[in-house]
This record gives sequence, structure tokens and C-alpha cells, in this order.
Amino acid sequence: MTIEDEEIDLLLNDVLEIYGYDFNSYSRASLKRRIIRLCALDKFPSFAELRYRIRTEEDYLKRFVEEITVNVTEMFRDPSFFKVLRTDILPILGTKPFIRIWHAGCSTGEEVFSMAIMLQEADLLKKSLLYATDLNPSVLEKVRKGIFPLTQMKQYSENYIAAGGTKDFSTYYTANYGQAKLNQELSDKIIISTHNLVSDGSFNEFDLILCRNVLIYFDKDLQERALKLFDDSLGTLGFLALGSKETLKFSTIQSRFRQLDKEKIWKKMI
Amino acid sequence: MEENDIKKTFKAVVIGGSAGSLSVLFEMLPNLRTNLSVAIIIVLHRKNSGDSSLSSLLSTKTLIPTKEVEDKDPLIPGNIYLAPADYHLLIEKKRSFSLDSSEKINFSRPSIDVTFESAADVFGPKLVAILLSGANDDGTEGLIAVKRAGGFVVAQKPESAQMPYMPQHAIAKVDIDLVLDVEEISNFINSLVK
Ligand SMILES: C[S@@+](CC[C@H](N)C(=O)[O-])C[C@H]1O[C@@H](n2cnc3c(N)ncnc32)[C@H](O)[C@@H]1O
Repeated sequence: MTIEDEEIDLLLNDVLEIYGYDFNSYSRASLKRRIIRLCALDKFPSFAELRYRIRTEEDYLKRFVEEITVNVTEMFRDPSFFKVLRTDILPILGTKPFIRIWHAGCSTGEEVFSMAIMLQEADLLKKSLLYATDLNPSVLEKVRKGIFPLTQMKQYSENYIAAGGTKDFSTYYTANYGQAKLNQELSDKIIISTHNLVSDGSFNEFDLILCRNVLIYFDKDLQERALKLFDDSLGTLGFLALGSKETLKFSTIQSRFRQLDKEKIWKKMI
Repeated sequence: MEENDIKKTFKAVVIGGSAGSLSVLFEMLPNLRTNLSVAIIIVLHRKNSGDSSLSSLLSTKTLIPTKEVEDKDPLIPGNIYLAPADYHLLIEKKRSFSLDSSEKINFSRPSIDVTFESAADVFGPKLVAILLSGANDDGTEGLIAVKRAGGFVVAQKPESAQMPYMPQHAIAKVDIDLVLDVEEISNFINSLVK
């Protein structure tokens, strides 16, 4: 099916007016592909039908949000990144009396649990709080449960080791009926909430903010808004971590940050 | 083919390849003129690895500036862009790149179809798409989209490919404009110089 750009505009305006979700400043090429994909998945004979369904069925809007956002994630995604966190960043955070970390766009939480494991191994989890936020309430439900498919644990265990982990990864979960339930003590310090980077503001001051593989779905203007929000939410000498192909180079906040030698981690200098 | 028409119109060349296409690029790149008036966008299947050594490797073969794409990089004629491992590469109407880590397509990320379809949407008749050697059928749907948008489609001559399946599959399904061997492909791209 081909969809005209003007039709996408109409649809996004409906979604904004009726439900308050604003996708107008998302990367258009990627968004368009997701919408065409949804039409194919749900077998809409035409674009008009998709639009009508969204306008009239609130439950379907929920599915729309779930399907046009990309939720792909894994534990210790990009192990070399987590290794640098472990060796270079956590020791610095450890000198603070209290550690606040924000995972913006955390999806189903694999990244948050990876962080909790590393904090626990550094004996820092007890003085840490991890804020896990996303615009999509369905993925946050999964963070709350802390249950992931057992089949993925082999890959996660390999990532964990590549990220400098030395324990037996299987001690971090209990296997049951093909599911892996992560240990409760990892969840104890995780605070879960919806937060929309398009429309919501700063809600705390953090020592480390991770927003990885979220900004790629935003156009430059919306990226700038989100990055300013992170700047406002970081204390001096706080750290900002982005996805492996994301960058501050187009942003006005760049001048206030210095990038570490390796990995997409910046330190706020003022 | 009316070379004069071609010279005037094209803005971008997208090249897709899988197994056996790296050696094609190594052979092609040194033969390309450095004053190209098109942007060249390359999507190669490769093993998911964080390192960006492929673009450094390719840039040793040509004086044309070659880089692996980062999110929202501008798309500028006269440059070669390479899709990073483990992301789909899309093109925005504003002539910049977007990356997308959504599900694999045809077991591949980056997927050739995704980039070809996106480029077709942006460049329409001003696009050339070239499909090289490979052992799966990624790229065929993309070529169909390019063709539908009025673009020009080329497949590597299967006899010249280490893995003929991918171009063969496309030739069977798409009304290909030209089937070329490696040397002819570089000559063709050189003919796009203003
Ligand atoms: C690909 S996941 C990234 C998960 C994890 N950070 C990682 O790198 O593996 C992107 C997440 O961003 C979320 N997202 C998209 N738009 C958002 C917005 N406006 N505000 C907050 N989260 C958003 C999506 O719901 C999705 O869960």
C-alpha cells in the first residue's frame, strides 16, 4: 500500500487532537514505514479505514502507539558501552552519597535491569534509584513484572560477560515455564512511570541519564527539545549516554558537554 | 540508454549487496571518478558487530569521502555513505538520514529493501538502484519500489557474482533496466558525472 505524506499528516493530527499523543516531529521516513507495516499487519484495505478505526476506537489507539514505536531492546545491548559504564562511570558515581539514574525511553526494561545488576556488583545499588520511563504504558508493565523469555538468556549472558561481568549470569533469575524472572532485589530500586519526551518536563536532577535508541526516531527539532530537557535534568558533572549511532553534534547543548574518548557518553561540564 | 538524460537527472545511487559483494566494491571503488554529482549510499549485509572498520576499509579504496552514517547526517552529493551494522538506514525528504533499529527484514538489519524503498520515496525518478551479489532475496522488493517511483534499476550480472542468487531473483521479478558486470557498473556510475 502507498500512503501519501498528506494522509500521514491528517492521521497524526487526529491522534494529537483526540488522544494528546504528538508524533508530528518523529522521523518521518521511519514513521511512515511503521504505519504502512501496521496497515499490512492488520489488513486494512485502505488508509481511510485505518484512520477511521483510530478516530473511533480508543483501544485501537493503544495498539497504534505500541506498533509505530520501536521497542526492540536487549540486556547489555552494545556490551562495550556497558563495560565503560562499569569501569569508568560507576566508580565516579560511587563517590556520591546517593545516585539517581534516569532511563528515558526504557522500553521493556532490559537496559534498566542491566544497570541494576552492575550497580549491585559494585555494591552501589542500595544507595541508587533508577527511574524507568517510557511513553508507552504497555512496555512499562513488562518492566514492572521483570519477566523475560528464557530463550534470550543465553544471548544476555554472553553480552553480560562481554560487558565485563564475571558472575554466573543465571544467578540473577529464576527459570520457570520458559520464562526468566529477574531477582526481586533488582526491581526494588526501580521507579516506573510514563513520561513523554515530546510534552513532559524535567522531574528531578540526575547523575546519569541514559536515552539510547530513542532519539533516532525523532526529527532534529524534537531531538533538541529532548536534549535540552536532559541538560536541565543533569547536575554539573552528570553524564548523558546516547545510543551507538546518536550524537550531540547537531545540538546547542553540545558546547556544555564533553564526550568521553570511547562510547556515546558525555559529561556535563557546567 | 540515453546517457545525456541520465547525466542530468540522477541525484543518488543506492547500492545493495550481501555475500560476495564486498569484493565487488573493492574492485569498483578505485575506478570511480572523484567528482561525482550524485551521493552513493551503500547497504551491505554484515555480521552484527559494533566496530566501524568496514567504512575505514572502503575509504582506503577511493578518494571520494566515505563515511558510516550517524543519525540525522545530511545527505550531500559527492559522498559515499555506508549503512551502519544493526540499523536500518532510511532517507528523509529533507535529505538527511534516519536510523531505525526495528525488526529485521529478510533476516537482515540493515535491510536493502528498507533503504531502497525509502530512497525511492524521496528521489523518485532521480534514483539509481544497483543490486549486487548475495545469497538471499533482500533487495527485490526495493527494486520494485524504485521502478514504480520511476527510478532506474541495475542488477549485477549473475555470472559475474560470487553469489548469483540475489541478482538472479531480482532479474526474474523486476523489469531491470541494465544487467552489468563489475567493470560496467563502475563505468555506468562514472557516466553520471555532470
Ligand atoms: C528502541 S527502544 C530503546 C530501548 C533501550 N533504551 C535500548 O536502547 O535498548 C525505544 C523506546 O522509546 C520509546 N519512546 C518513543 N517515543 C517516546 C517519547 N516521546 N517519550 C518517551 N519514550 C518514547 C518507545 O516507546 C520505545 O520503548
